[in-house]
Amino acid sequence: MTTIRAKKAFPWHIIFFLGPGLLIYLTVSVYPLLDTLRLSLYNEEMNGDLTFTGLSNFSKLLFDVVWSDPFWNATWNNLKFFVVHMLIQNPIGLLLAVLLSSPKLRLRNSYRTLIFLPTMLSVVIIGFVWQLLLSPLWGITENFMWDIGLGDYFDAWLGKESSALFTLSLISVWQFVGLPMMLIYAALLGIPDELIDASVVDGSSAWQTFWNLKLPLIMPTIGMVSILTFVANFNAFELIYTVKGALAGPNFATDIMGTLFYRTFFGFQLQEGSLTMGAAVATLMFLVILVGVALYLFLFQRRVQRFAL
Amino acid sequence: MNFALPMKHNRGKALVTHAVLLTYTLIALFPIFVVIVNSFKSRKAIFNDPLALPTTETFSLVGFEEVLLRSEFDVFFSNSLIVSVSSIFFVLLFGAMMAWALTEYSFKGNLLIGMLVAMGIMIPIRLGTVSILELMSSLHLVNTLWALIFVYIAQGLPLAVYILSEFIKQVPKELKEAARCDGVSEIKIFFTIILPLIRPAMATVAVFTMIPIWNDLWFPLILAPSDGNQTITLGVQQFVGQYVTDWNSVLASLTLAIVPVLILYMIFSRQLIRGLTSGAVK
Repeated sequence: MTTIRAKKAFPWHIIFFLGPGLLIYLTVSVYPLLDTLRLSLYNEEMNGDLTFTGLSNFSKLLFDVVWSDPFWNATWNNLKFFVVHMLIQNPIGLLLAVLLSSPKLRLRNSYRTLIFLPTMLSVVIIGFVWQLLLSPLWGITENFMWDIGLGDYFDAWLGKESSALFTLSLISVWQFVGLPMMLIYAALLGIPDELIDASVVDGSSAWQTFWNLKLPLIMPTIGMVSILTFVANFNAFELIYTVKGALAGPNFATDIMGTLFYRTFFGFQLQEGSLTMGAAVATLMFLVILVGVALYLFLFQRRVQRFAL
Repeated sequence: MNFALPMKHNRGKALVTHAVLLTYTLIALFPIFVVIVNSFKSRKAIFNDPLALPTTETFSLVGFEEVLLRSEFDVFFSNSLIVSVSSIFFVLLFGAMMAWALTEYSFKGNLLIGMLVAMGIMIPIRLGTVSILELMSSLHLVNTLWALIFVYIAQGLPLAVYILSEFIKQVPKELKEAARCDGVSEIKIFFTIILPLIRPAMATVAVFTMIPIWNDLWFPLILAPSDGNQTITLGVQQFVGQYVTDWNSVLASLTLAIVPVLILYMIFSRQLIRGLTSGAVK
């Protein structure tokens, strides 16, 4: 068998099938990523020449106050952005998924389709929509809060240093809650009825069945939702750029790694753009994402037993 | 123990379930509803009573007139359409071909290529932006739609290969073997037997590829930001940034960007949700 295969003509068909896609993927995705890692080790001279400077870009970013203050600020803000998603978006998604999966629920498809709708729209559109709704000029939110008796608590949240980041995080949560809902809902549907019946026959309450049976079984999905959230959050840019501009105001209170990357690479107002410093920021973002993915693979793919359907 | 209670208990539970889901549905729809409704009202009505539906007195299309006059929405729209449709076409074609090669043939480097492609699912292509811009400018593609199309093909391929592989694996062996016994070439087997069989999966992949492309701001902003080449997302971003104070125009431009997506969503939501819930993206 193997000898016959070995004598076969050169497998041109494999080249034909793999060639075009692989060529584009390697040139436009793999090569630029590796080249970005390489560029982060260089410094761009005034005349545009590149000189090798080893890790000096990174030591600037991490320790030189001019660079490190914005960098740690953006990293810290990004972490808060992620924590809000983990503590609010994913639990709400889980709750909605559990409710959607209740047996004999009417209007199930309508709820599912409508709650997922904002996820489909561009972050840019969503950013503007909420900017309008929260605007003290228009006053929709303010009037609503007066109506329910909370008018005194209204504030121009997007404009305040103390609340802008949290407000933007909540806008993002509002938009993307449909994704964890949908994925967890699918996982809940995948649990065989016999298992649930057995648990009910054993005398477990609905809450016990959820806690002891369903939750452990959907753990892999929750892990996947977490890593998807992580990657998306540490790669976010559009919402902040749309609502607060590239300067991520007020006073950089909403600056995250994506906006920092954009400013460092392109420059903005007084700051001159830098190819190599931009590459260094991208490299650090790459490392953050890599650590997240590695942690996920280690925690979830190895420890949690996959639930085979 | 008590057989009468569960019935009552269930009804109460169903009521709470519906109440929560309905509340959340309203929270999800309300902002979009407000924007669309107000885009059809006069400036005065927008401020006086934002929550009212347009009446014959307050109805006004002035925002839409302004938007169509002052910006090239038709150009933005057709740019987005050209970019998305071409990218999807090549993602589906090249993605299916790669998926077929990686699942059907065993050859040296198969595993390596498979892993390289799988990494693309998790690692965002954005991180390579610095070099992508360098690459595109050395190819003289900056400020062309081609730059976007190439990037989006590379961005869409990993997930497409992954999903389509799962489906190609399910094609019965007998079909392929029978064709091979008849002397049909590998290329013909792929195009006449395999491709038609995985068409439903390709629809799912098309929807998943389309959404991030249509909504992307990052690459249009960096690779094709100037006049005549903006996609709809970038066009809206620039337009609203420029006319912030003109509420009619802002609301109308947002509505113009939202409505086509809503219509597409109504048509394809079944496809999309089936894809999400059938485990196509696990």
